Amino acid sequence: MIIEILITACLVISGIFGLVGSFGLLKLPDPMMRLHAPTKATTLGVGGALVASMLYMHFINGNFSFHELMITLFLFLTAPVTGNFIAKTHLHLNHKARDLPPTGTDRPWASYESDAMREKIEAEQDATAN
Amino acid sequence: MIEYALLFAFSCYGLALLMNIYRIIQSPGPGDRILALDTLVINAIALLALFGILEGTTVYFEASMIIAMTGFISTVSFTRFMLRGDIIE
Repeated sequence: MIIEILITACLVISGIFGLVGSFGLLKLPDPMMRLHAPTKATTLGVGGALVASMLYMHFINGNFSFHELMITLFLFLTAPVTGNFIAKTHLHLNHKARDLPPTGTDRPWASYESDAMREKIEAEQDATAN
Repeated sequence: MIEYALLFAFSCYGLALLMNIYRIIQSPGPGDRILALDTLVINAIALLALFGILEGTTVYFEASMIIAMTGFISTVSFTRFMLRGDIIE
């Protein structure tokens, strides 16, 4: 009985988080805010679904497996990487480096791989703009 | 009790997939489109895990593992293409 309540709670929480993550993708006004909603909420939603699946397989079907934990671990490892890449893409496409606020260190914003590459590409862009 | 929770979670994720498809079709920029595709893949993984609970088998975990890997690789290559104009240099 307790296990059933636990599985039900996991399923309901997972569904709500998945829905909120995708709704945030539609509703939030700024691209950087939109980045926040799915990468956090949907990962937790998938985590809830996989934990519910693991509990169900172990306590009700009777065969335990670690596969769900592998998928959860993989998603938790890759979500920050994809979030960082999409944020870099947004910075690269929508902002010039000189329009961004100062970073507070010697290094500029990391939307290119090196400073020399950034200066080269920006010089090309300025040449084509003028 | 679990059946109703499963139905609820299925409908939530179905609605989430519809929202993602809307965002892919009508999007303010390529970054949002890539983000919507990434979210679509993650929702598909959750849907597959729920389907595994419904059927009572563990067969679908390998499939969701493969979907997770291809989703990650495709998101990284999309963003890489937007950043550098090339995927493998």
